[in-house]
Amino acid sequence: MQPSKTLIYDGSFNGFLTAVFVAFDEKINVADIQENGQGQNGLFSESETIFTHVDKAKRVWNGIRNKSHNAIANVYFAFLSETEGVELILYTYIQKLMATHNGKQMDYSDGIVLHIDQLAKKVGREKHRMEAFVRFQLTKDDIYFANIEPDFDVLPLISKHFRNRYADQQWLIYDVKRNYGIYYNLDHVEMVSLNLKEIHFNKIHKSDAFVSEEYDYQTLWNDYFKSTGIKSRINPKLHTQHVPKRYWKYLSEKKQAV
Amino acid sequence: MNFERIREKLNILADAAKYDVSCASSGSDRTNKSQGLGNASKMGICHSYTEDGRCISLLKILLTNHCIFDCAYCVTRKSNDVQRAAFKIQEVVDLTINFYRRNYIEGLFLSSGIFKDADYTMERLVAVAKKLREEENFNGYIHLKSIPGASDELMYEAGLYADRLSVNIEVPTISGLKLLAPDKKHEDFTKPMLKVKNEIVRYKAERKIIKSTPKYAPAGQSTQMIVGASGETDKDIMYSAVHYYKNYQMRRVYYSGYVPVADDMRLPAIGSQVPMLRENRLYQTDWLLRFYGFAINEILNKEHPNLDMDVDPKLSWALRNLHHFPVDVNSADKTILARIPGIGMRSVDKILKARRFRRLNWDHLKKIGVALNRAQYFMVCDSRHWERRDLDAEKIKGMILQTSSGKFRNQYSTQLSLFN
Repeated sequence: MQPSKTLIYDGSFNGFLTAVFVAFDEKINVADIQENGQGQNGLFSESETIFTHVDKAKRVWNGIRNKSHNAIANVYFAFLSETEGVELILYTYIQKLMATHNGKQMDYSDGIVLHIDQLAKKVGREKHRMEAFVRFQLTKDDIYFANIEPDFDVLPLISKHFRNRYADQQWLIYDVKRNYGIYYNLDHVEMVSLNLKEIHFNKIHKSDAFVSEEYDYQTLWNDYFKSTGIKSRINPKLHTQHVPKRYWKYLSEKKQAV
Repeated sequence: MNFERIREKLNILADAAKYDVSCASSGSDRTNKSQGLGNASKMGICHSYTEDGRCISLLKILLTNHCIFDCAYCVTRKSNDVQRAAFKIQEVVDLTINFYRRNYIEGLFLSSGIFKDADYTMERLVAVAKKLREEENFNGYIHLKSIPGASDELMYEAGLYADRLSVNIEVPTISGLKLLAPDKKHEDFTKPMLKVKNEIVRYKAERKIIKSTPKYAPAGQSTQMIVGASGETDKDIMYSAVHYYKNYQMRRVYYSGYVPVADDMRLPAIGSQVPMLRENRLYQTDWLLRFYGFAINEILNKEHPNLDMDVDPKLSWALRNLHHFPVDVNSADKTILARIPGIGMRSVDKILKARRFRRLNWDHLKKIGVALNRAQYFMVCDSRHWERRDLDAEKIKGMILQTSSGKFRNQYSTQLSLFN
């Protein structure tokens, strides 16, 4: 039997897929797949650094997709969850998937399959939340700007939604936690990284980066939020269940009255 | 924009519109065209939630709260002494567009009090939708209220711009309607409904032949009923809901626990509790009918005109029909699985997929997400342990209630509390 190996990749999704390709191609007995710089060597395994290769990654992507569309979404979503050690679980998942006859029938009583499914669901939920909770503010440069702080790295997942929806306005969504954003320039979406001087959450202090009208609309929205609630049915527990407190910071309707 | 004036109007007119429950923005497949603004998300998005936990996905306002009618249950009725206001068409359009661009909302839900007459009001509503679609190239979601008694031509035009149309019948029985809204006739409600239904049928048929047939109300129509205002039973409500689902092809019927807004001999007094639990049970029944393959007369009939308050309708059906149980999860049909209390449709799907690989035991079912505290009494699986005792319905119910908790429990409990 071959000695087991730890594969080191660059942290990108393509890098991970390349690692999977190499592992299958060279029939490596994989001990772990780890991101560059975060690696911890096993006692009895050697490590090999994988260089990202887009063609190889594409072959793995297509291979999984040909098995099942559902599975490729699951793999991508679960990868973006950035959970520690998800790479090895995903690798096992892909092995299991490839072993099935047509990929359609995955075994939900299997721990790994269920785990990946649940991880993907979590990320999917966060994606949906971000589509809902992004609050644009209009800057003086005529860009609709929003900063977010999602639990998972969902920017690549939401870009299509916002591009389709706001096709006639420039917008920029910035992930404060991961320090990059996506910017739409009326033609296509590109990745940007900024030197944000301040984070624009819903504080009372007005920033001069935004047009003055912006704060009028925030006030109107805030008012609307209040007047649309029915006092005799108040249910704070249900409210925080739907809008968890960690998101309140960026929601203009949760701004305290001045 | 006269900010202060708009602000005042928005407060009045949003406040008056809040009793409309529907806030769905789902079911429409309108896409962004020619680099315009917006698209409709098929699954709908809730952008925020009110403090009573209801979804906010649309800007829900009245065009005006001036009204010529005097319906007892309504907060904007003629005889009620409230502040009145009216939006200009352009003001609604501006608000919608600016809220939409900031990703606050999925679109607009426009309703109105009836001023002058039905057609005059409907015309204004249609004008707002038309302006949004044609001048602003807005492709987001628009929900328009069909005004009872509006003419067929206007209803046709409304459907061309709106994604969903709705008429609230509010009072489920005709006798109740006579009592609470003497100015309105039942036919006024059903006439626009029928027109919209026929147009949707026509649209679907024509679309098969001509792909470019203009969309007509792609998200269908819905209606709403008030619960607990005129003393009707759950059976009355659900039978009438089934009637609307069947004969008018409603996408949704909403149930709204009556929030007392007026001192009126005919209605519950101000300050009495909103029947939220009853509302919840009605929605559960609605789901059983639409997704679980139940027939209405299995759940509600002459012997059982009202739903149980302490257990959900599926459990209560199962307790009345113990002869169907226990069910073997490893061999039963989909429809039978869906009838086991504690197993939802998602669990059913997972069970069907998983049992191709192995016989399932309690552990598997728990991981899949089945509520075993209820399900265990009604099923057997691949395990030596199952409920062997010969339990009667009362006993099972007692044991389930003991091992579970519910936030409404103290409202209907007959147990005296020791403290307070």
